[in-house]
Amino acid sequence: MNVSIQHQQRAAETRISSNGASVSLRGVTKSFGAQKVLHGIDLDIQAGQFVAIVGRSGCGKSTLLRLLAGLDQPTTGQLMIDGLSGGWRDHVRLMFQEPRLLPWQRVAANVDVGLSHAPSGPDRRRLAQEALDQVGLSGREQDWPAILSGGQRQRVALARALVSHPRILAFDEPLGALDALTRIEMQALIEQVWEDKGFTAIVVTHDVSEAVALADRILLLDAGRVEMDIAVDLPRPRRRGDPAAAAIEGRILDRLLGR
Amino acid sequence: MKRLLPWIVPFGLLLAWQAASQTGLLADQIMPAPTAVAEAAWRVTRSGELVRDIWVSASRAFGGFAVGGGIGFALGMLNGLSGLSEKLTDSTLQMVRNIPHLALIPLVILWFGIGEEAKLFLVALGVFFPIYVNTLHGVRSVDRQLLEMGRAYGMSESAIFWRVVFPGALPSIFVGLRYGLGIMWLTLIVAETISASSGIGFMAMNAREFMMVDVVVVSILIYAALGKLADSVARLLERTCLSWNPVYAEL
Repeated sequence: MNVSIQHQQRAAETRISSNGASVSLRGVTKSFGAQKVLHGIDLDIQAGQFVAIVGRSGCGKSTLLRLLAGLDQPTTGQLMIDGLSGGWRDHVRLMFQEPRLLPWQRVAANVDVGLSHAPSGPDRRRLAQEALDQVGLSGREQDWPAILSGGQRQRVALARALVSHPRILAFDEPLGALDALTRIEMQALIEQVWEDKGFTAIVVTHDVSEAVALADRILLLDAGRVEMDIAVDLPRPRRRGDPAAAAIEGRILDRLLGR
Repeated sequence: MKRLLPWIVPFGLLLAWQAASQTGLLADQIMPAPTAVAEAAWRVTRSGELVRDIWVSASRAFGGFAVGGGIGFALGMLNGLSGLSEKLTDSTLQMVRNIPHLALIPLVILWFGIGEEAKLFLVALGVFFPIYVNTLHGVRSVDRQLLEMGRAYGMSESAIFWRVVFPGALPSIFVGLRYGLGIMWLTLIVAETISASSGIGFMAMNAREFMMVDVVVVSILIYAALGKLADSVARLLERTCLSWNPVYAEL
């Protein structure tokens, strides 16, 4: 018993040190023309942490995520991942609100897109297969995306993001377009792969209850600034309707709605 | 029974045509009977004339198509991908597009005489624009979100082209291809009818001089068959290449 706990602890330590990457932002601003979207953000995210960023639309949360994913550059300030200011793009993967699958490629080939930086070879096929197993879609390798349901497409997109074993996985409202039940399933799936893989997860969402259900830490962004930074120290897996979770959700909602 | 239904009207018309010819209602000099046309077709096939003329016409058509379509495709891709190239050439091409290419026939005869170059030039020019316009449109309408995804997932520029841009533009390119094939035959018919010493158009004009109406009708039918054949091949290609798209898969 004791041995197994020690083993688990060691596993947890190596998980954080080997898989996730830490993120730090120092005075990061981003402007589009005269419009300033992010106002000097200072932020440290621990390796392996699950962070949710919530806020009203237009608060700059998606912009922040795009900076992390390397799709945009900060106007001023510094963004470091694992203490490095560059060369980390292949370690970060971004999942979009839409699946964004290539409709003319079969499921397996779509997952393979996530390995674009890797040399081609038989390994790629095995990795794609593994990633599809993880999201519960083995056996669907040769299907066209057109015949999948919305939830299945988003799972293929998750497999595509996971296949390169990213150290940071960023989600831009990944469940926004799904129906309520599929959302709950996808949340559980994301939580499970995060626990398995130990990457640093950063989720942008406007759904506060989703943030409380998933995250270790919730950042509330308003007008390009971090207005709240809340640790969510609840045991996992979290049950819906838990009073402690509801209290945190209430606090965040009050702040968001200006009550 | 349902499969036979669409064939009833054409067969009826054919029978009515035969009957009208045999009773003398339709004069032979206006329109020979279907049996007479079939006999003429057999005659020119046996003499080897038909095969030779089809070969000549088809090589003109596809030669011109390859030249015009190839340039149209390359320029469409280039202008779709590079803003500089588009600014430089697109408005000029759009201006030239407004000139009906068949209006150039007198000029083309002055330039090239009535040789092969004239026909090749006309077909190439006619085919160029539908292919160019549709390729450009296809590249431009590729989903921006997919391009962004490709970049975010570290795809190289060539991978983005072959896995995102080209397949995304392909449905539109096929529209251009099929439209271009139609223009190809049309241009060839006009060019061969005006001036040629071989080919199906020549066969028709030659037969007209000897009042062999049956051969004229044969050449018209051959043009129709060739057009239909080219379109069917294009559709088959479309169905194979676009099988990912439920719209085409069910055709």
